[in-house]
Amino acid sequence: MATHVSEYLRLDKMPHIWCPGCGTGIILGAVVRAIAKLGYKRDDVVVVTGIGCSSRTNAIIDFNTFQTTHGRALSFATGFKMARPEMKVIVITGDGDGSGIGGNHLIHTARRNIDITTILVNNGIYGMTGGQYSPLTPRGCIASTAATGTMEPCFDMCELVKAAGATYVARGTAYHATMLEQLIAKALEHHGFSFVEGIAQCPIGFGRRNNQKTPVDMLNWQKDHAITIAAAAKASPEELAGKFLIGEFVNKEAPEFSDVYWEASRKAQQKVKEAR
Amino acid sequence: MSKREVRLMQGNEACAEAALYAGVKFFAGYPITPATEIMEILSRKLPQVGGVFLQMEDEISSMAAVIGASIGGLKSLTATSGPGFTLKQENIGYAAMVEIPCVIVDVQRGGPSTGLPTLPAQMDVMQARWGTHGDHPIVVLCPSTVYEYYTLTVQAVNFAEMLRTPVIVLSDAIVGHLREKVVLPELGELKIVNRKMTTVAPKDFLPYKADEDGVPPFVNYGTGYRYHITSNNHDEGGFPATNNHQIADSLLRRLHDKVEKRRSEIVITEEIMTEDADVIIFAYGCTARSAYSAVEEARKKGMKVGLIKALTLWPFPFEVLLKYSKQAKHVIVPEMNLGQLAGEVERTLKDCPVKVTRLNRIDGRMITPEQIVSTISEVI
Amino acid sequence: MGKYTIKVQPKWCKSCGVCVAFCPKQVLVLDDAGKASVQNLEACIGCRLCEIRCSDFAIEVGGENGE
Repeated sequence: MATHVSEYLRLDKMPHIWCPGCGTGIILGAVVRAIAKLGYKRDDVVVVTGIGCSSRTNAIIDFNTFQTTHGRALSFATGFKMARPEMKVIVITGDGDGSGIGGNHLIHTARRNIDITTILVNNGIYGMTGGQYSPLTPRGCIASTAATGTMEPCFDMCELVKAAGATYVARGTAYHATMLEQLIAKALEHHGFSFVEGIAQCPIGFGRRNNQKTPVDMLNWQKDHAITIAAAAKASPEELAGKFLIGEFVNKEAPEFSDVYWEASRKAQQKVKEAR
Repeated sequence: MSKREVRLMQGNEACAEAALYAGVKFFAGYPITPATEIMEILSRKLPQVGGVFLQMEDEISSMAAVIGASIGGLKSLTATSGPGFTLKQENIGYAAMVEIPCVIVDVQRGGPSTGLPTLPAQMDVMQARWGTHGDHPIVVLCPSTVYEYYTLTVQAVNFAEMLRTPVIVLSDAIVGHLREKVVLPELGELKIVNRKMTTVAPKDFLPYKADEDGVPPFVNYGTGYRYHITSNNHDEGGFPATNNHQIADSLLRRLHDKVEKRRSEIVITEEIMTEDADVIIFAYGCTARSAYSAVEEARKKGMKVGLIKALTLWPFPFEVLLKYSKQAKHVIVPEMNLGQLAGEVERTLKDCPVKVTRLNRIDGRMITPEQIVSTISEVI
Repeated sequence: MGKYTIKVQPKWCKSCGVCVAFCPKQVLVLDDAGKASVQNLEACIGCRLCEIRCSDFAIEVGGENGE
């Protein structure tokens, strides 16, 4: 029988705190199933989060978990990974946490190519604080701080981390949860900085204000607007209008930061020994 | 034969060497004058001892990485100056709340803001105490010589590990850049403290269940103890308890109590020529150097003047002041700010027949012994 | 009996209706209490879409590929 997420949950923390139909749970489920499929030992996995709805994920899963300050999970995780290189370090962040207040850390962690897997749950809104627009809210959408629609364009996070030097970059959606699980599994197995954006629905903070009245409407929107990279390659510009790409954008080898560091450290220690 | 090494050392160099002596294996930082020498030295030396040096993208991430590494089990330290210290504050509060040991060295320069880059000041005394929001505990140590910079850095690491709380070393551009002869302690000479580890089985482990001393034992991830850390108000199990008033109250009180319980160990002061003093200079950091010269000078003139040097600023060393509250008629508090610690001195002595006089300088120059002597002459 | 089993944890289910809407065989309904409930187990093809799209981890599909 396939692994059920509940095998990895802290059952006394259930039911969880998210609103009905929230995409965060679907993406967390994909993360947990990917870990289970890869057979990682729970003790070897560390899940680090920041602040926001997506950052409440690690309180309910039975791994080594710590929740940090808003936007800084990747920096905490970098320190941790350098202290404990043998452990599998996963960061779960959101669009506000990861692309707004923590955007600088995201691009620099990608640049360093340290072996951390980052899952960015993108629901296009600050959910925990009540639906303010985020750097990933599409222009024109209504938010509690954008009554007539947001005036700012949004980031394409996959393009951003790709440009910053990430060696594994992919995007999936809560609707395409099976594909998302596969992308996350590949990210986890990748040696270097890996980034998976999971498009998620926030029915309460986003959907209600933007003509997507139910979680089902929102998942249908993902179904209708996502197009795989392979399909997009054959599609006409008209077919691509308004669509976003899902799939694997980058999968390449490059020197991983802690490998480089420890090699340099080994040489430095050797040099000191010889000098004695 | 003594293995003590004698060296001409810069203050910041002493700090870096002391960090290694104390067992620090992780440093993350961001360049800022007048603190940068600490990171430059550790960038060379930490890799040589199998430790980790990271130059991060900013001050915030440096503080975060330091705490992350300490969660990973390494003794961790960072160094900065005023503007960087400000940026680190949120994460310092995190460390206090989740009880993760770490040391922050703040080599003070004139502020506010970019201020006087990089002339000396003692303007971060209150930032060190109250820089991060919320009622948090903190320990702040303040060296006035290169040797003290060394020993207090070792102490800072010890206190952080012992109490599981952030500890600040509050030096300044004078002590940081000063070169003095230092007789380095040999290995084993200074006490080294490691964090207390749990002795209970994973099934019985509660990450925030404190011992009698108010400090919960630590355990490393990856050893069968899977637990949660959050800076939300949390229960003994480490999970958010944001609607529980009783837990909120008892957690915050415990965080303070664990520091207060060790007061006698943590609060370090020196009393110099105070036995018969009518006038006491209460000084710290670089200003204590001038105060020492001033006391010598005043004594030559026959004035009964003594010096209390505070090496611990927070918790505030009120005991030593109260000790002289009947003997002394005057306490002079010279400091390179507008009276940040003098306020505490006044508060301590408010019901005593002692007159407290402030001597402040904020122009980026040291308070001179002459200024202090002249203030002594005025109050007598 | 069908080849598959579907277990629902009503205490975890928050009644969002996603499992019902996207089941390709209309196996699930929301019951009177608004909770996901199995109506037509015979039709279940074991695709597990209800399980993996359940935000609340409230559905577990078993059977067929070895318990």
